Amino acid sequence: MAGYKYEPFDYVKPPELSGAAPALYPVAIIGAGPIGLALAIDLAQRGIKSVVLDDNNVVSVGSRAICWAKRTLEIFNRLGVGERMLEKGVTWKIGRNFHGDQEIYNFDLLPEDGHKYPAFINLQQYYVEQYLVERARDFPELIELRFKNRVTGHKDHGDHVTLTVETPDGTYEMVAEYYIACDGANSATRERMGLDFTGQTFQEQFLIADIEMEDSPFGENAVPERWFWFDPPFHEGKSALLHAQPDNIYRIDLQLDVDADGKAESAPEKVMPRIKAIVGDKPFRLDWVSVYKFRCIKLDRFVHNRVIFVGDSAHVVSPFGARGGNGGIQDVDNIGWKLAAVLKSEAPAELIETYHEERSHGSAENILNSSRATNFMTPKTPVEALFRAEVLKLAHDQPFARRLVNSGRLSQPCSLAGMRLQSPGVAPLEPGQPLLDAPLDGAEGPTWLLDVVPPQFCLIGFGEVDLPDVPGVARIGINTIREYPCFNSRDGFATKRYGQQGVYLIRPDGHVCAVFSEPDRHDVERACARAQGKMMEQAA
Amino acid sequence: MSDNLGLYQDDFYNALMDAHAGLSESASHALNARLVLMLANRVGDIETLKDILEKAREYNDE
Repeated sequence: MAGYKYEPFDYVKPPELSGAAPALYPVAIIGAGPIGLALAIDLAQRGIKSVVLDDNNVVSVGSRAICWAKRTLEIFNRLGVGERMLEKGVTWKIGRNFHGDQEIYNFDLLPEDGHKYPAFINLQQYYVEQYLVERARDFPELIELRFKNRVTGHKDHGDHVTLTVETPDGTYEMVAEYYIACDGANSATRERMGLDFTGQTFQEQFLIADIEMEDSPFGENAVPERWFWFDPPFHEGKSALLHAQPDNIYRIDLQLDVDADGKAESAPEKVMPRIKAIVGDKPFRLDWVSVYKFRCIKLDRFVHNRVIFVGDSAHVVSPFGARGGNGGIQDVDNIGWKLAAVLKSEAPAELIETYHEERSHGSAENILNSSRATNFMTPKTPVEALFRAEVLKLAHDQPFARRLVNSGRLSQPCSLAGMRLQSPGVAPLEPGQPLLDAPLDGAEGPTWLLDVVPPQFCLIGFGEVDLPDVPGVARIGINTIREYPCFNSRDGFATKRYGQQGVYLIRPDGHVCAVFSEPDRHDVERACARAQGKMMEQAA
Repeated sequence: MSDNLGLYQDDFYNALMDAHAGLSESASHALNARLVLMLANRVGDIETLKDILEKAREYNDE
């Protein structure tokens, strides 16, 4: 029982301190967490060079973000790390809510088959970061990882940003066209710019403990699920949450008193009895402990000219719903192709502004859901406590009341329906929705829709329809034979999700941006132009 | 009882908590009474109302 072995990454003296002429980098990414690393890989896959700067030189200390949703795994799949994460992670899809010692309600987050990825995997943030760093090393020409490089200052000059960077060998300056702040909830970039980051702070404290244990705490069947208790017998009057992680690690999350002493509560002599109350006499090892308070806040603007906030630096949520890391990866998905298109002069700079619109919308949705869940868990007034108690009482046998029980509404992909890059239209999967995966049969055997749609604009035609040949737009046919790659819907999943007949235009981030019945080249070009922000006036 | 709140369960619950925000306990108590009366008027059907009253009373644990 040893736990994760932290291997520090090498610090390399930056070229700027070795006498090299200062270079202009297209993108500087500040922060080598999951968000910064994923963005560097996304950009590299689109041929864009970036430098990732981090003040540290190890992966996340402690498991931190552990729940990765299906949409995140699909994005990781595109980045070339999805399968590795899936293999290592603990797959789950059932959530159970308990009141006292009785189960009152359970939910299945992916009741349908026909998807490459499950509803969720649990995987410690240190593994996610390790796999992303290793993947980033596949692009030595395009990704420069600079550990122990602390950005201490930056200045936006209108069309470029200068950065001041501190290293063990001294301080240097570097220049980038875009500065991407992936520096987390306590973003130093945000602080330097004096941007307001105030919002709802929850007074309740939560103890998070990871334990390593041979036996499963998930009852007799030992199936990993998400178990949430209101007022459990082992932690009266409070809430508790249990998750499984790889390497026999289990996450236990316990609500503490508002006035609890966080430091005293994280001491092993206080933590051990609390854990024993849950797992009984089974032997375990305490792997990591932390005491948290939660905030739900987002920046008013994610884009400040050449400085762009991505992930926790732009928005933070309470963890109930797994909307922090998963929201951040959706940010990456959204900004990556836009930044690449602008840097390659394929799209106007205004396209970047739509990152703010689309992801600010997504982040507002995440904040709404996570603050409602936290409010339900932590009643503030006697009347709130009264309503909650009665909801829980009714939930034992009243289905309507079960739906009111809120232990976290888990991260779902954000729809961009009705936003200006999407052309309005009606189809089983409406414009703005992310791709729905489905199993396919191709010339080389069984595959997934997810694996055959390239990360660029792509037309998918269902049934006997001719897709026009448009430069820069890939083509895929389903249930037809054409000169471009074609596949058959296996077991009817694809046609059930997309319809028997019709055409979808997919953005490089896998969101539907237009639908057609029989488009010609002009129709497709117009929708692509709109999705690249070239028709802002018309669309506005 | 059928489930009629559909996908709006969180919207409703949140709006209900908002309606109580900032009220004293006695004012909240009075608000709850008004809500029961107004929702009863909306339901209208006396048999349904009697049924709900009886059902709700069954959960009393004092």
